[in-house]
Amino acid sequence: MRRFLFPLAVFIVLAGFLAAGLRLNPREVPSPLIGKPVPAFRLAQLQASDKSIGPEDLRGKVWLLNVWASWCVSCRQEHPVLIELDRQKKITIVGLNYKDERLAAINWLNQHGGDPYMVSAVDVDGRVGIDFGVYGVPETFLVDKNGVIRYKHIGPVTAEALKTKILPLAEELARG
Amino acid sequence: MVKEIMNLSAGLQKLALALRRLSIVLLLMSGLHPALAADGMAQPVGDPVVEARVNKLAEELRCLTCMGQSIADSQSSFSSDMKREIRDMIKAGKNDKEIIEFMVQRYGDFVLYRPPVKSTTWLLWGGPFLLLILSLVFLLAKLRKRRGQAATELTETEHQAAVQLLGKREGDRP
Repeated sequence: MRRFLFPLAVFIVLAGFLAAGLRLNPREVPSPLIGKPVPAFRLAQLQASDKSIGPEDLRGKVWLLNVWASWCVSCRQEHPVLIELDRQKKITIVGLNYKDERLAAINWLNQHGGDPYMVSAVDVDGRVGIDFGVYGVPETFLVDKNGVIRYKHIGPVTAEALKTKILPLAEELARG
Repeated sequence: MVKEIMNLSAGLQKLALALRRLSIVLLLMSGLHPALAADGMAQPVGDPVVEARVNKLAEELRCLTCMGQSIADSQSSFSSDMKREIRDMIKAGKNDKEIIEFMVQRYGDFVLYRPPVKSTTWLLWGGPFLLLILSLVFLLAKLRKRRGQAATELTETEHQAAVQLLGKREGDRP
């Protein structure tokens, strides 16, 4: 009987590791940009192509950078959440329209309940996206008053993620 | 027996020849039909030296949207963007280390197909060797125990019992 004890113990430990591994989300790659300044960019605005936007314009504000595109399916899931967030006026939301076409993007906003963004920057070739380490859309960054990235949310923003993580941290950053 | 081996090796040679012909045909087909070439490879072919470096670097980087593939293996739009970025950096005169560093700064160590050895990854790199050493120690201990058992002499009563069981001559005792 005792000779089975050791293999059994090994099996249980191994099963424990595998069970823990199953719970991890492989798509959630921690961003090395947390705690680093927002990458510099200056891009044309979506709704007013003659105007530009860059992080300097948002100094002194706590803001969200939401990477989205009209071709992105899960963006439809988070869009109502962002619209509701914009309605509450708790935080400035800036969009990064990633590898999209201007007309398609504007149409998409109109079809999906409106434009929750203070302004959307147009990143046609995805270069600014690479600077932000974007690999899947949607992704959302929380930036503090000094232009430092404090948090990254991968995947669609949910009401729960806003309530438990993003907004409490944003309020703390706005006070500090 | 020898004849059978000869037959087998002749058969294998024929098979190898057929495979080689097939691969040449496939190669020609892919060259003749640009439509067959995948999206990621349909980039305008530039300087072969640059392209070789792009490919070498792309093999070192993980495609983050497809996880199990390197950027060189993948044809996703993420990978073609990364290849474009690498190509531009090479043309701007950056060296390989600077390019890898650029990617790590944005995407973290996870983007490296071969994880670096550091404090958080020692178990990953050292684990197999640790297991090897542990199992060697285990094996040696087992072997030593077994040798100890085999070397014990029989007592007089045990010897008598053995002789009785075997029913052989008493005079054979060594």
